Amino acid sequence: MALDGPKQDFKYIGTRPERPDGWDKVTGKARFGADFSMPGMLHGAILRSPHAHAKIIKIDATKALALKGVKAVVTRADFPEGLEGEDWNIQENVMAGEKALYDGHAVAAVAATSQLIARDALKLIEVEYEVLPHVTDVDKAMAEDAPVIREGAADYSVPEGMHPNVVRYMESGRGDLEKGFAEADLVIEESFTTEAAHQGYIEPHACVANLGADGKGDLWCCTQGHWFVRQMCTAVLGLEATQLRVTPSEIGGGFGGKTTVFIDPVALALSRKAGRPVKLVMSRSEVLRATGPTASASMDIKMGMTKEGKITAASGTFRMQGGAFPGAPVDVTTMLAFANYDIEHVHHVGYDVMTNRPKQAAYRAPGAPMGAFATESVLDELCRGLGLDPIETRLKNAVKEGTPATFGPKFPPVGLIETLEEARAHPNYSVKLGPNQGRGVASGYWMNWGGETSASVAIGDDGSVQVSIGTVDIGGSRASMALMAAEAFGIPYENVRVSIADTGSLGINEPTHGSRATFASGLAIIEASREATRKLCQRAADKWGIDADAVTWEDGCAKPSGPNAGEFDPLTIAEIAAEMGSTGGPISGHHESTPDGFGGSFGTHVVDVEVDPETGRTTILRYLVVQDAGKAIHPAYVEGQFQGGAVQGIGWTLNEEYIYGEDGRLQNPIFLDYRVPVASDLPMIDTVIVEVPNPGHPYGVRGVGETGITPPLPAIANAVRDAIGVRMKKLPLTPPRVLAAIKARD
Amino acid sequence: MVQVHLWSGLRPLVDGREVVEVEGETVGQLLDNLVKDYPGLKPAIDKGVSISVDGQIIPKSRGVKVKDSSEVFLLQRLYAG
Repeated sequence: MALDGPKQDFKYIGTRPERPDGWDKVTGKARFGADFSMPGMLHGAILRSPHAHAKIIKIDATKALALKGVKAVVTRADFPEGLEGEDWNIQENVMAGEKALYDGHAVAAVAATSQLIARDALKLIEVEYEVLPHVTDVDKAMAEDAPVIREGAADYSVPEGMHPNVVRYMESGRGDLEKGFAEADLVIEESFTTEAAHQGYIEPHACVANLGADGKGDLWCCTQGHWFVRQMCTAVLGLEATQLRVTPSEIGGGFGGKTTVFIDPVALALSRKAGRPVKLVMSRSEVLRATGPTASASMDIKMGMTKEGKITAASGTFRMQGGAFPGAPVDVTTMLAFANYDIEHVHHVGYDVMTNRPKQAAYRAPGAPMGAFATESVLDELCRGLGLDPIETRLKNAVKEGTPATFGPKFPPVGLIETLEEARAHPNYSVKLGPNQGRGVASGYWMNWGGETSASVAIGDDGSVQVSIGTVDIGGSRASMALMAAEAFGIPYENVRVSIADTGSLGINEPTHGSRATFASGLAIIEASREATRKLCQRAADKWGIDADAVTWEDGCAKPSGPNAGEFDPLTIAEIAAEMGSTGGPISGHHESTPDGFGGSFGTHVVDVEVDPETGRTTILRYLVVQDAGKAIHPAYVEGQFQGGAVQGIGWTLNEEYIYGEDGRLQNPIFLDYRVPVASDLPMIDTVIVEVPNPGHPYGVRGVGETGITPPLPAIANAVRDAIGVRMKKLPLTPPRVLAAIKARD
Repeated sequence: MVQVHLWSGLRPLVDGREVVEVEGETVGQLLDNLVKDYPGLKPAIDKGVSISVDGQIIPKSRGVKVKDSSEVFLLQRLYAG
């Protein structure tokens, strides 16, 4: 796509107006997934496997169907056969076939006239299981004697002789590791593990489905991407794509976990069978047991460094489990593990492993935080061993424009050095620490995303502008979109309204994922606005009787482009709009593309902690996020993304983990036991926005949503190491684990 | 001819070569010719790969122009988060 290069001077971009959805959300008017209802609507409930791994011998729903108020029961027999690849994986995950593959796997579902009746009916469904051996740990799942989750799931990449649970294998790198390590003054080799963490969105999955026997239907749901929902549901149910219209609700958090489906195809299948609309709402326990957390990881890292602080070589082996299906994000882990640094000799090996856990889903920078935890921890040990400053050392090795990435290509303009310099200059970095306190530094990267995008702008008859986009607003993006439209048209922010269109109203849009919404939908809005302003200029030219090339658009007005164009008073957008019905009809602009110019974003975090030597509890004292946003369209929401990433990273590092019992069942499927950080656990997260413009966006935007969760895991672990003098290699750093480390030290 | 760098896991599929040369003026032509000239790469390309051209990662767009002098890497298939 030919672009003119990032614009530098702005009137509206960079301001901080109120978000358009703010009032509705704080007054309770906003409608989330569970708020939607229809006349004649039934309520659904899902029966889930109590076993981690079991053959389903028989399902008998006779008694459930006899219960008054029950209108339909569905099992896998109600879904079409013959699917392949990821379509089959999704179908198998939303409703078990021959085997239940994890604790919480759906085996049947009921639709009834009330939720209570539906739940009672679940108890009447008789399922006969043959319990099988299970495995939930990634290393144990690769062992020779591990139970096989599914034969034949491995792809071409897996070398012969590996356990069938290893379904993908990857290897990448360059240079001569032996030579590189020989050049080092210090070589450190360590192993690390991280546990699965859930995205922890506050709003559980919810939907209302209405599907007729003719294959035409509607679905209202909370999702990050309703075209993805449409594609997945129609594939799983054997429907024609455009016959299902999907409308997204407001969304109470997603973080990647709502880019796929869990209950929507089940609700549609129930609706089709019952002939009535069906509402399904997950409980928190269902969310934790049966939606997708991120993968857990086991990693071996080796890095070498000279006494001057130059990294000479690095290698990493990354084993990740993503549940009972292929798809752990180990490919990204291997790509990005050492991506911050200019390393001549580097090698990565990755294993995607299946276990008896729920199918993992994307979670904010999927795969990157785990790798960063391991590699940035080893880098910290190298700095300690050689007596080097962690920021100076990172600056010595940091990638910049033209540096060959550890995954191959040369970097375009990037801002890692700028984030390190800002972190070094920030007051937090020079605060004097007290007893039992420690400071940690880490950097991280996410490459961001473009994705299929479609947007429209339409001029109202009073000159206000309606913007229609297909990326769900999770973090205030409607405000950012309105600012970009306001800038492109030269009209006030308040004169723009942004709506999220349903799947019947726009071309395909990928979800709000990959930190792409402000980049990609923003680019589409700018281009659509430019198309509309060209039409506005044409109307002015027609009125003035001059060539359209002699008209320019400036500050919300059509103007003659120079003295030779003639003497005409500017025509405002409102004046042109008022006459558009009689001057050629409605004026609108559209843009569709899959933009490739997304620029990656680097960040650097500095965190101070205090560890209670009596209890092992870690308290975050200060937290600084410095990150490259390219251009911050709405700085408050950029800062919010930085803070949100840091907070989720704090939870993943200190508390959050999936705990499985010997029976393979999840032991902590509620928020009382799966502990996410709350406001009282946290200090104010300080932020610094770095702006190195992305040449691939008209205004220089880079996505900012995901990079922020990459550095927290190692930054906090490095701070705890600084505080207690012991390197913690297993996340989360729960008080019992930290206390045990302190006692072992003493 | 465009030089295409391969990640090391692909090299056993092309007799250990780190770089292969193929004809092509677009990303799509490069991918098609990679499969034609190096059939060992077909399973990987069919499964899905990304490509980088002069530092820009191209997840999907087959129409992106490529020059003989372009720096081109095949990458693991990338996806959003």
